[in-house]
Amino acid sequence: MEVLALLIPVSLVLGGVGLAAFFWTLRSRQYDDPEGDARRILRDEWDDRPQP
Amino acid sequence: MNAPIALAEAPGIAACPACAVAPAAVRQGSRAPSRARIVLAVPAAHCAACIGALEGAVAALPGVRAARLNLTLRRLYVDAAPEVGAEAIVAALARVGYEGFELDAATLAAVETDAEGRDLLMRLGVAGFAMMNVMLLSVAVWSGAEAATRDLFHWISGAIALPTVAFAGQPFFRSALRSLRARRLGMDVPISLALILASAISVYETLHSGRHAYFDAAVMLAFFLLAGRYLDHRTRAIARSAAQELAALEVPRAIRIGPAGDAVVAIEALVPGDLVRVLPGTRIPVDGTIEAGESEIDRALLTGESMPQPTAPGLGVGAGEMNLTGALVVRVTAAGAATTLRRMADLVALAESARTRYTSLADRAARAYSPVVHLVALASLGGWLQATGGDWRVALNVAAAVLIITCPCALGLAVPAVVTAASGRLYRAGLLIKSGTALERLAAVDTVVFDKTGTLTLGTPRPVNLDLLPPEALALAGALGAGSAHPLAQALAQAARARGVAPAEVAALREVPGQGVEGCWQGGRVRLGRAGWVGAEPAGAGAATTATWLARPGAAPVAFVFEDSLRPGAEALVRDLQAQGMRVLLLSGDAPGPVAAIAARLGIAEHAAAVLPEEKVARLQALAAEGQRVLMLGDGLNDTGALAQAHVSISPASGLDAARAASDMVLMGRDLAPVGPAIRTARLSVRRIRENFALSALYNIVAVPVAIVGLASPLLAALAMSLSSVTVTLNALRLR
Repeated sequence: MEVLALLIPVSLVLGGVGLAAFFWTLRSRQYDDPEGDARRILRDEWDDRPQP
Repeated sequence: MNAPIALAEAPGIAACPACAVAPAAVRQGSRAPSRARIVLAVPAAHCAACIGALEGAVAALPGVRAARLNLTLRRLYVDAAPEVGAEAIVAALARVGYEGFELDAATLAAVETDAEGRDLLMRLGVAGFAMMNVMLLSVAVWSGAEAATRDLFHWISGAIALPTVAFAGQPFFRSALRSLRARRLGMDVPISLALILASAISVYETLHSGRHAYFDAAVMLAFFLLAGRYLDHRTRAIARSAAQELAALEVPRAIRIGPAGDAVVAIEALVPGDLVRVLPGTRIPVDGTIEAGESEIDRALLTGESMPQPTAPGLGVGAGEMNLTGALVVRVTAAGAATTLRRMADLVALAESARTRYTSLADRAARAYSPVVHLVALASLGGWLQATGGDWRVALNVAAAVLIITCPCALGLAVPAVVTAASGRLYRAGLLIKSGTALERLAAVDTVVFDKTGTLTLGTPRPVNLDLLPPEALALAGALGAGSAHPLAQALAQAARARGVAPAEVAALREVPGQGVEGCWQGGRVRLGRAGWVGAEPAGAGAATTATWLARPGAAPVAFVFEDSLRPGAEALVRDLQAQGMRVLLLSGDAPGPVAAIAARLGIAEHAAAVLPEEKVARLQALAAEGQRVLMLGDGLNDTGALAQAHVSISPASGLDAARAASDMVLMGRDLAPVGPAIRTARLSVRRIRENFALSALYNIVAVPVAIVGLASPLLAALAMSLSSVTVTLNALRLR
């Protein structure tokens, strides 16, 4: 059971990383144009204007 | 495709300014005035190829720094030098085959920073993260963790859950406080109580090494309820944003005549006493009196009259009226917020607040539900105190379990899930739902009241007696009509083109404002216009039809008789409504003749003409007093009062801003047909909402007795909650 002392913090940190990534996507307005982003990624021209 | 290369060479690309859309527009307004930001609606954009074509075409224009298309909103954001006007961009779009409409960036900026939505989404994210982690720990406890391990898991769960409930539960706590202050028991009171009680009892149990802690239930509850709240918000935000786009289409500008010549200015900059020039074919931007110029004005949107009125200097005009044939100079008496148009919009806001009397299905369910839940929880507390001889710990545990299990998790999703699914379906059909309770109200409708001009008809006339006239007359009328912006002249020109009649060779075409068009043909003078002007016997004032006359050398003047063309789908809609057993009325501000003609054509028995705006409101009040639930369809300023008074209202997108603001739904296309299916969809969604209420009640009936006898466990609570939420959502999705 000693492994718990390691596993629980690890799982919490991983979850925290996910949460931080979610906050980042929210902050950088990545949900503003879901349809456009889905299409842009399939274009064969080089997108030299990615979102910052 | 070399357009992107051209763009890459343009300066300022690295900063990619087109992305941080609206707030940037606001900030840049004050910080860097050299950056003009132009927003255009491009309704036809739909594919990946459109992105490249549109952005490339616009970015290739000189002075444009960057262009970015938002495909979800179908808007193009352009960052350009101040000398680049929207007209240049619209022209560039037209060259690649897209229609673009300029939007007023200031009107849009107000809605695009959707702070509330992002706040809800953030809380939802936190609750989701906490739920997953607490659930993992809970699974270990359910599968038999003992003693110290169980306590450790409970402590960790508590450390995650307590801050989460405190943060994610805030929208519920706030709204519960509000409703308690108003001495009401809303849905949020039992929710908040369950959240707080579940957390408190779990902390107490953990401190005393108890077996059951409800941390997972508390977090899960917060997550599911926030999901419902977010769905609800999103549906409304989409509708609001689209409605705002319609408002932003009317860019408020006017041509001011100053000492230094004409200048295009924002309407806000005008003061009473200024002179503005109103070009033919444009809307009058202000209230004022005519100083110079002769023309005809179309007041259809304001009064419902389908015939244009001639003007003379000194006549008062109102904002929103359409100037048709000649340029006018208008002295401003009121501009911006003081115009009749805005004052009407304010009246609408008043009328709308009166509509909050309507209690939604969700509120009614909550009203029946909250007291029952609280009574049951209290009774089980008392019962267990009695039975155990005063053991507070056991009694409180049971009471908390009852509250958690009955908590309206599914009830919180029951309405938003259905409304979201139904709104999506109606949006695809071309109907925009602005109000959260509009669907429920639409479902109850048994009477439909129509406005005529602009609603049942397109407000564009159509010649009806062409077959009776010599072909030469049509050829002449087509040639003359093409030289005027007057709707009758335009209709004749179009009819001639549609019939393949080549326009006659007319020289020296000249428009006489307020009278008609004249020109030279085969050495003689031809005139198209008012009866008196062309030398014909004018028809009586009470004539049922609208006509224009053509005079040509060597023949008596002939009349072209017009009828307002019906909006597509109008006939089908009226038939559909009558087949559904509804009472259909037509109330119009127009003259009796045209109203009777349209009513006869559509088979509407109850119709009234020359109805004043106040009389429309009074008629609707009378209908409501009879117990009828009225759906009002209207588009003009004279309908706004009636639209706000009706049980539920719809206006076409071509209507006036004030009318769209007053109605619950906006019809996006020209076709009226989506209204019939919309009523059926509304009825269906109300049935789904009721089914959802029944489903969540069913879960309660099964789970509550178990909780009352003290057999509820956190596992059971989690199962009941997630199962009922998922069932309710799936049931709602059947609507799509």
